Amino acid sequence: MSGPEPILSIKDLKLHFPVRGRGFGATRWLKAVDGVSFDVFPSETLGIVGESGSGKSTVGRAVLQLLKPTAGRVVWLGENIAGFSRAKMKPYRRQMQIVFQDPLASLNPRMTAGDIIAEPLDTFEPNLSAGDRKKRVQEIMDKVGLLPQMINRYPHEFSGGQNQRIGIARAMILKPKLIVADEPVSSLDVSIRAQIINLLADLQAEMGVALIFISHDLAVVRHVSHRVLVLYLGKVMELAESSVLLSKPRHPYTQALLSAAPVPDPEIERGKKRILLEGDLPSPLNPPSGCVFRTRCPIAQAICAKEVPALEPRGGASDHVVACHFPS
Amino acid sequence: MTPILSVKDMSVRFSTPEGPVSAVSGVSFDVAKGECVGIVGESGSGKSQTFMSVMGLLATNGKATGSAKFKGEELVGMKIDKLNKIRGSKMTMIFQDPMTSLTPHLKISRQLTEVLVLHKGMSERDARAKALQMLERVKIPDAKRRLDEYPHEFSGGMRQRVMIAMALICEPELLIADEPSTALDVTVQAQILELMQELRAQGDMSIVMITHDLGVVAGLCNRVMVMYAGEFCETGHVDQIFHDPQHPYTRGLVGSIPRLDRPGEERLTAIRGQPPNLQHLPKGCTFQERCDFVFDRCIAERPKLTGFAEGRGKACHLKGFDAKHEVIR
Repeated sequence: MSGPEPILSIKDLKLHFPVRGRGFGATRWLKAVDGVSFDVFPSETLGIVGESGSGKSTVGRAVLQLLKPTAGRVVWLGENIAGFSRAKMKPYRRQMQIVFQDPLASLNPRMTAGDIIAEPLDTFEPNLSAGDRKKRVQEIMDKVGLLPQMINRYPHEFSGGQNQRIGIARAMILKPKLIVADEPVSSLDVSIRAQIINLLADLQAEMGVALIFISHDLAVVRHVSHRVLVLYLGKVMELAESSVLLSKPRHPYTQALLSAAPVPDPEIERGKKRILLEGDLPSPLNPPSGCVFRTRCPIAQAICAKEVPALEPRGGASDHVVACHFPS
Repeated sequence: MTPILSVKDMSVRFSTPEGPVSAVSGVSFDVAKGECVGIVGESGSGKSQTFMSVMGLLATNGKATGSAKFKGEELVGMKIDKLNKIRGSKMTMIFQDPMTSLTPHLKISRQLTEVLVLHKGMSERDARAKALQMLERVKIPDAKRRLDEYPHEFSGGMRQRVMIAMALICEPELLIADEPSTALDVTVQAQILELMQELRAQGDMSIVMITHDLGVVAGLCNRVMVMYAGEFCETGHVDQIFHDPQHPYTRGLVGSIPRLDRPGEERLTAIRGQPPNLQHLPKGCTFQERCDFVFDRCIAERPKLTGFAEGRGKACHLKGFDAKHEVIR
């Protein structure tokens, strides 16, 4: 992707959380995100995939300064907003919004759907007349596939899929430039999940919003994203265009993730040789030295324990970067 | 040959403050010896409740009617003492959440040997040897040391392995697995599925795999039964269900899944709307409001699960779909 300037540029982002030890034990640091860099271009979907503890949600929250980075830069349209206070962040919030995983928990149960969706309007366009406000809300409700007459209902009267539509409407109403969608479909049933995935794709095509789509499900991420970033224990393992990542994964972790995802086709599944990783993710409190993936890596060698591999093209296409000493 | 499990016209109703909810409405099916059956459905389809009733584990406000026979013995209404001799020994169940299914203050060894002492009357010493052997069978590394650890010292994937070991330790004839890999990370899920596949290949134990994930049943099961709103809407061999689904819901479900093996930018064929409220099920087909092919009969009359080809059944008034995916009315 050359040509257009990125709207968002993350440089060497770090988020370390203090974890107090027992008694006089020294405070330990949980490195949830440890040196992550990526760009997001206008109107593109960047997928972030990772297992639990990979730091994918923390990255999403750090983009919006809902969590303050320990180090690194978050450059929004040329300006570093890392560490901005709430007050200083306010004008930027118009341009970037977030959609959460659990639709019901992220909506105030005592507010009507209409008031929830209008909340960003009340904050940023307080002088809007009541009629215009209602019109804007009904417009966006129609766009996300909610019946405008449902405007006075409360979240508990909606299903999970409909509540997620409310969350998306709230994020979309100010026509932001970027939406961070943090596992937006993970709590939904398969048939409803497809509706929401299609909805996000339609809205992006229509409104030109950029998306950061965070999920543990590689198939979903691949489907919605133009480019995919693979995270493991707070570090980027691989970043490539999504079709390339699928057809030519170069990092052994990406390869294992791809082979682990069950494919809904009996012939493929029966004939498949899975690359099985041993054990579970190591604790982010005590990550392995060198390459963080080496303890589960099928091709790890001595150097992997000593040196952290840099995220580089390593002989491949310039937009396909991989952090591995022995990429395939 | 008598099937291992034979369920006839089973219904499950829950009484709630808002009125009765029918979670399962009159399902019938058999599970044969050595078979691996996949039960696929979304939340609220009744897939778990069907088997909770088989195990006699329904919540107190739930009531099962109909018949469920384990090797010819009626389970519905069976005295608890007698039921306890069967479940946990000849018929076992593993659950989705391995974090809450183990007793936190008992060592793994104790939790594993308890069943053996209780069901098989083994001595503690023999039971311990057997427990160790089971942990090794489910591939827990360093099993000898881990036997004397507590559940909190195990990771999620390891705890699910312990659960599987516990379910298998009495060598059951039927294993019911309710979303055993759903709560786990993708790479750990792959390990558990691989283990399930091995167990299946090892012996003549029958397995029922309950899941919402069609990908999970694809590689593991020979037969699949798709549930919707408390009934089976389509049943058949796994290849038929995936390559030639004949119920509009199954077709929608298969088309709803983003696939890693098809790199095109194709749009998902989402099913519109949402599942019906189980308190107010329509008179006709439960899928009518979401179906693209609905006609008069679907509204007037609830279709019954009917065989239409060798080993296949569907509950739909449509004649079917041809090879070009065109509907035949």
